[in-house]
Amino acid sequence: MIRLSIPLRQALARLSLPMMIAAAFGVMLLGKADALLAERARMALADLLTPIWAALQQPVSAVQEVVREGQALVHLRRENVRLLEENERLRRWQAAALALEAENSLLRRQLNYLPEAAPAYTTARVVADGGGTYARAVLLAAGPLHSIRKGQVALDERGLVGRVTEVGSRSARVLLATDMNSRIPVTLEGSRARAMMVGTNGARPRLQHWPEGAIPQEGDRVVTSAEAGAFPAGLPVGVVRWSATGAPEVELFARLDRLDMVRLFDYGLSGILPPEAVARPEPRARR
Amino acid sequence: MASKGRPAPSPGLLRQVDALARAAFPSGFTALAMMLAAPPVGLPGVVAAAGLPCIFFWCVFRPAALPPPAIFGLGLLLDLLSAAPLGSNILILLVVYGVATRWRRFLARQSFLAVWLVFCGFAAAAALLGWGLQALLGWELPPAMPGVVQVMLSAGLYPVLAGLLSLAQRAMIRAESAA
Repeated sequence: MIRLSIPLRQALARLSLPMMIAAAFGVMLLGKADALLAERARMALADLLTPIWAALQQPVSAVQEVVREGQALVHLRRENVRLLEENERLRRWQAAALALEAENSLLRRQLNYLPEAAPAYTTARVVADGGGTYARAVLLAAGPLHSIRKGQVALDERGLVGRVTEVGSRSARVLLATDMNSRIPVTLEGSRARAMMVGTNGARPRLQHWPEGAIPQEGDRVVTSAEAGAFPAGLPVGVVRWSATGAPEVELFARLDRLDMVRLFDYGLSGILPPEAVARPEPRARR
Repeated sequence: MASKGRPAPSPGLLRQVDALARAAFPSGFTALAMMLAAPPVGLPGVVAAAGLPCIFFWCVFRPAALPPPAIFGLGLLLDLLSAAPLGSNILILLVVYGVATRWRRFLARQSFLAVWLVFCGFAAAAALLGWGLQALLGWELPPAMPGVVQVMLSAGLYPVLAGLLSLAQRAMIRAESAA
């Protein structure tokens, strides 16, 4: 330890706050000038902390499970009535689906249709909230020899969650579809019209840029569109809902507030990534 | 053979370790609180909301324990943990430090409730500054609602964290007066 005279030490103490504030502006400029550096630092820290979060996530999710169980017990009767009714409805749909499937296979045989290969996927656990006040992202824990790469599409058991934007050695960050920077090309299934689904940081992303005359209808199903080569066509996204303020929004199928596992699909696509993801997606590894 | 009179003072090394632990506790606890707030609980922005109460508490009640370089480090950690633009949380925490240490003589004499109210003001100002920096660095107006949620989260977390920290603070004062 260097011994300093008392007045010098006092002067240094008084100067340290302005110096640190100046350094903060320096860091801001650095972060703006070299976005890759910030991304690398983030992923290095995430890699370091992921084992701790992975261990911590289990008791947290256990507690959440208990809370959910309690809520379910309270609503048991009402839920049962709803499920019986839904089951009845789904039975009718199942019959319709089986008939359509049979018809579809018959037509495919006649047309000599080439089926698309089933995409490969890996499943990863969500261990931490990777976003902040103005960002919606989650961190995934991945094994040391994982095959996750940038640009992969993340889905939960119901629908689209987001895309992988940063990959570290033991973790990966998925930008959620609700993030302010998320722009996803979608198709409205009712009219086959294309539109953009724009994240707002709220629970429901907005629909924008639909073609004139094809106004999104309440309850219309929304699926991804293959425009720009970023997503494969036809992944389930959500349902159109008109907000109280008169803007079309998408109620997502995926339950983003209770993500615990996501499936990462490798469609081998290399389209545009969200704006803050600077690097291009890496090509699929050849084996 | 020192069987009577005062007990011998603890050896120098142990006392140094003790003092070091005491000096490192405020920043260590704050960093730990921020890291432990990261697991997903279905509510975004908990990390930033957990850091501010700790930093405010130590700035008011033990400013020597959190010098500006430590605040800088904690801000950088917060920036990296919560995908905020790099440097924005550093600036926010340094400003909170600057104002809180200037007012600490007044604040330290107030009741818990009054300090909590002042903290709510700090949280609101920090969120406003964060919103401004986000707008400036991202060059796009962010929505206001997440900031409001963060202020309420922070204000709600303060009593819990401050209760824990004041226990630690009292233990530290007792240890210091005994040494």
